[in-house]
Amino acid sequence: MSLPPLDSLPNPIRPAFTEHSREGSVIVNIGPSHPATHGTIQIVAELSGERVLRTDVHCGYLHRGFEKECESHTWHNLIPYVDRLNYCSALINDFAYCEAVEKLMGIEITPRCRHLRTLLGEYSRIADHLTCTAAALMELGAMTAFLYLVTIRDYIYEHLADLTGARVTYSYGRIGGLAHDLPEGWLKRLGEILDEMDTFTGRVHGLVDRNRIFIDRMRDVGVISTAEAVNWGFTGPILRSTGVPRDLRKDTPYLAYADLDFEVPVGIKGDNYDRYYVRMREIDESAHMIRQLVEMLPEGPLCVDDRRCTFPDKSLVYSEIESLINHFKLVMEGPQVPPGEVYSAQEGANGELGFFIVSVGGGVPWKVHCRAPSFVHMGGAHRMLDGYQLADIVPTFGSINMIGGECDR
Amino acid sequence: MDDAVFNRIRERLAGIAGEAAVAHGILVLEIEPTRLLEVVRALKDEFGFDMFLDVTAVDWPQREPRFDVVWHFYSTREFVRVRVRTRVQFADPTVDTLTKLYGSANYMERECHDMYGIVFRGNDDLRPILLYEGFEGHPLRKDYPKHREQPLVPYRDPKP
Amino acid sequence: MSVPAGRPAPSGAFEFLTTKKDEFVGWARKFSLFPYPFVTACCAMEFMSVSSTLYDTDRFGAALPRFTPRQSDLLMVVGTVTHKQAPILRKVYEQMCEPKWVIAFGVCATSGGFYQNYAALPGIDKIIPVDLYIPGCPPRPEMVIDGIMKLQDRIAGDRHPIVNERF
Repeated sequence: MSLPPLDSLPNPIRPAFTEHSREGSVIVNIGPSHPATHGTIQIVAELSGERVLRTDVHCGYLHRGFEKECESHTWHNLIPYVDRLNYCSALINDFAYCEAVEKLMGIEITPRCRHLRTLLGEYSRIADHLTCTAAALMELGAMTAFLYLVTIRDYIYEHLADLTGARVTYSYGRIGGLAHDLPEGWLKRLGEILDEMDTFTGRVHGLVDRNRIFIDRMRDVGVISTAEAVNWGFTGPILRSTGVPRDLRKDTPYLAYADLDFEVPVGIKGDNYDRYYVRMREIDESAHMIRQLVEMLPEGPLCVDDRRCTFPDKSLVYSEIESLINHFKLVMEGPQVPPGEVYSAQEGANGELGFFIVSVGGGVPWKVHCRAPSFVHMGGAHRMLDGYQLADIVPTFGSINMIGGECDR
Repeated sequence: MDDAVFNRIRERLAGIAGEAAVAHGILVLEIEPTRLLEVVRALKDEFGFDMFLDVTAVDWPQREPRFDVVWHFYSTREFVRVRVRTRVQFADPTVDTLTKLYGSANYMERECHDMYGIVFRGNDDLRPILLYEGFEGHPLRKDYPKHREQPLVPYRDPKP
Repeated sequence: MSVPAGRPAPSGAFEFLTTKKDEFVGWARKFSLFPYPFVTACCAMEFMSVSSTLYDTDRFGAALPRFTPRQSDLLMVVGTVTHKQAPILRKVYEQMCEPKWVIAFGVCATSGGFYQNYAALPGIDKIIPVDLYIPGCPPRPEMVIDGIMKLQDRIAGDRHPIVNERF
C-alpha cells in the first residue's frame, strides 16, 4: 500500500537567521532526525566551507506535555511521567521528585531508605554516564568501546529489573520511601557487576585515552570557560570540566552524601576531552560510593510509617477497616499534600535537576515544573559549537549529553 | 551560614521585597514587576547570585492578578538559592527580560512565553521553543483543555 | 511496501515460477533489512541494547542502520512522535523507496502511550501506514527480536513484484 505524498509539509520552526552573513556561506539544517543529535534536536548552522559561523539550536521535538499531564494525576500516579524525563538515569528523577514532595509534606525518610536512594541514584548515574560515553565514542567511530560500555549497561539494566521489574523506566520511588525492599542476593550481584565494570572501563581507557585520533578530535574542541559556563547556566559535568568543583552532592549535601568519602573530578580546559574524562572518573567515584554504601547499609523499615503517604501492610488492609479505608483513599485520591510551594534540587547526571512544585492541598498537584539541566544546556550550546568545524558538532553535542525527555519535558 | 546571607539580603532589599520569608531553605522575595531588574542586579552584583536557575509561571485563574512569575537564582559561592516572585495581570502579562544579565535566561523565557503567554519586554526572540509555529494558545494555562490537539500533518484514513 | 498476500494458489508453470521468484526475493529481503532508526525518546535505550552484543539483531541481518532514508527499507519509529515531529516523520517516510516497512517501536509510537494530550501524536499510524506494532514501555529486547522475526515471516510470505504489478 502506498501513501500519496502530501503537497507540502509545514515547517514547525522559524530559524533565527535566513540571510547569509558572509559571501559564499551556506545555511545547512542538521536534524531533527539525525543519529548524532540524539534524536530530537535541530541545528540550523551557517557554514563558511567547513567552519561553523553561527548556529541556531531548536529543541522541543519531544515536548510531551509533562507538566500538563501532571496536573491531572495524583501525586503518586505521576511518578512514571517523572521517570521518563531523564530516561538514562530514571531513578534520580524519581528520588528528586519524591524528595520535593516529602519536603512539602514535612516527611523525614528512614535511614535505610536514605542510603538505598543514594546507592540507586549513583547506580543510575553510572548507567547514564556509560550511555553518554558509549554514544559519544560510537559517533566518533569507536564501535568497540560502544559495545563494551553498552554490555555493562545491559548488566545494570537486568540487575535493576530484578529489583524494580523494569529495565529502563522503573517508577520505583514512592513518597515517603521506595516501592519495596532489596531481593536476596542483589547486593552480591551488585559487587560482581561493579568489578566487571572496572575491567571494561579499563579497556575503554586503554583504547581511547592516548589515542591520537581521539585526542585530535576532542582536545581543544568545544571549549568553554568557567565564567561563560556559569553565565549560560551550565551545571554538572560540563561545569566541572571547566575546572571548578561545583557539585550539589558536596556543596549542599542531601540524602546520605555527607557520610560518604568521594572526590569531585574536575577538568582543565572545558573541552570535549575533559568532559569525557570527567564522566569516566565520575563512574569510578560512583562505584566507590556504592561500595561504601553497601558496607554501611542500615537495617530497619524502608518506608516511613506515615498514614498520609505510605500504603498499609496488605494483611492489615484485609483485616482492619481503617487500613482498608486508608489504602482506598491513597489510591483513589492520592496522598494529601498541604498547600505551599517548594523548589528542591538534586545533582542529576547532567547537572542540577530541580522540581518546583505548587500544591493547593489535595491529592492532585497544581503545578509540577522540572528544571531540566539539558534544556538550559541547549540554550548555551551555541557557545561551544560556533567557530569550530562542522565535523566537531558531533563530538561536542555528544559530550553535552542532551537527553530529549529532560530537555523538552 | 545561609541565614547570614539571607539576613543581609533582607536588609539590603527592605522596602522593595515585601515579606522576605524563608520557605524550605530558600529565601522568597515578593516584589512588584517594575522593581525586577533592580532586585536582580543587586542579587547578582552584590550578593554573588551568578547562576540563573529557572523562570516559570503559575496560573491562578480565580485570582486577579492571574499569573505568578517565579525566578530562582543560585550562588555558586555561598551555595544558597533565592526565589523572586511577582504577580502580573492577565490583560498585560509583561515583565522585564533578564537576557542582558544572564545568557541562560533566553531559552527559559521563551518556554515561559510558550506555555503561559508571559511577555518578556526586551527579549526580541520569543519564538516558540517547545511548541511549533502555528500553535494557537498557551497550553499550561488552566483554561486550555489538555486534549485539544493541533496536528500539523492531516490524519490519514486508517483502513489499509 | 510489497503487495500483501492473498493471491490464488499456483495452478500452472507460470504461477510456479512466480511463487518461486517471490520466495527467493522474500528470503533475500527479509535477511537484509536496512533499518532507519527514527529515534526520539526512551525506547532508544532498548534499541541500543537490542543492537548490541547481548541481544544482537545482526544475527537477523537487521543491524546495520542506514541513517539516510534513501538507502534504507525498514523505518523503525522508536519513541514518542509529537505533533512537532510529525512533518519530519512524514517526510522521511516519503523519501524512502519501495519496498519499505514500518515498525512502531514502543507504545508511544503505537498509540501515544500514556501521553494523551495536546503535544503527542496518538500513534504514528495516524500519518503513515504501519506494518508491525511492538508494544512496551519500553519493550524488552526479546520482544523486539520477536517482532522483527514476525516481520521477517511476513516479508517472506508476501508477493514481491519486481517488474510490474503481476511479475
